[in-house]
Amino acid sequence: MFKIDLHYAIGASLVSVIATSSGAAAAYVREGYSNIRIGMFLEVATTLGALFGAYLTAKVSGNWIGIIFGMVLFYSAWASLRKIPIEPKMTEPDSLAVRLNCRGSFPVQNGKEEYVAEHVPAGFGIMFVAGTLSGLLGIGSGAVKVLAMDQVMKLPFKVSTTTSNFMIGVTAAASAGFYLSHGYILPGLSMPVVLGVLAGSLVGSRILVNAQVQTLRMVFSIVIVALGAEMIFNGLTGRL
Amino acid sequence: MGRMLQIGVTLAALVVLFGGVLYLRHFRGPMPNYQQFHGAPDAYESVHGILNGLGGFDSQSLIAFGILLLIATPVCRVAFGLVGFALLRDRLYAAVSAIVLIILILSFFTRR
Repeated sequence: MFKIDLHYAIGASLVSVIATSSGAAAAYVREGYSNIRIGMFLEVATTLGALFGAYLTAKVSGNWIGIIFGMVLFYSAWASLRKIPIEPKMTEPDSLAVRLNCRGSFPVQNGKEEYVAEHVPAGFGIMFVAGTLSGLLGIGSGAVKVLAMDQVMKLPFKVSTTTSNFMIGVTAAASAGFYLSHGYILPGLSMPVVLGVLAGSLVGSRILVNAQVQTLRMVFSIVIVALGAEMIFNGLTGRL
Repeated sequence: MGRMLQIGVTLAALVVLFGGVLYLRHFRGPMPNYQQFHGAPDAYESVHGILNGLGGFDSQSLIAFGILLLIATPVCRVAFGLVGFALLRDRLYAAVSAIVLIILILSFFTRR
């Protein structure tokens, strides 16, 4: 939008992702929903993926990055508009999940609810993809992380969203190291982005308390569908 | 853990803000060109280079240092996780945390 080279743009974007994730995670960790063990285990996949994705930014043309970016934005819009499914029934716990202690409990109205992860290898694989997208595009790819935990590993929705937020900062830090040493992060350009995002998230968290979730989802989806369409169009016409 | 993240982010924001004010006060000359990719100046491409620039109160080094603090926040959290699991004698997850920490540290030493 501001006619900035894509490498500088993903560098500044990634820095803003870390700011948002760390700011929000501070609130979630205290609520006792996020599962630090599962998060840490899956971070092995996301950080390796992030390094791979960051490496690809040096090899893949800006046009391709734009097209992939557009498609990821479309997916995020769809994922946020979709109805949250009713908690799935517990099936046989995955033996790997038991061995890796991928279980936990979270506070509900009366006491605690227990859960065990399922399909751990598949979840781990999708997390690698989420990390690759994060490193390639300079985004948090939270939507893909939630997909892996909520849909594949069948973790409770609140656990998935808070744990994914916890993981986003760590994943982004892995690509940030690569971006920094490859010169994608310009101090002069990142400065207004960091300050803007932090100020915005302070205001946003206050608005969020009084906002209608449905309206928020609509606004969010319209914005990212428009952005996604622009990215794909520019990518296809070779203007990135 | 939550408190540590807040401190990290706040500290980083203050350093970036301070560097940003200096940067804008001393900024003279043409608008920088962000349309073509040339890479950041060498001084901002490594932890060592950024720390070196801090001595001279260079505004962009200050901003870069703030960004470095921001990046370090989740890295510290993994390190704290490692210590926490070690104290719980959870060997498996101490090892998992160590792997993540090693990947994160290695990422800063990739070369062009």
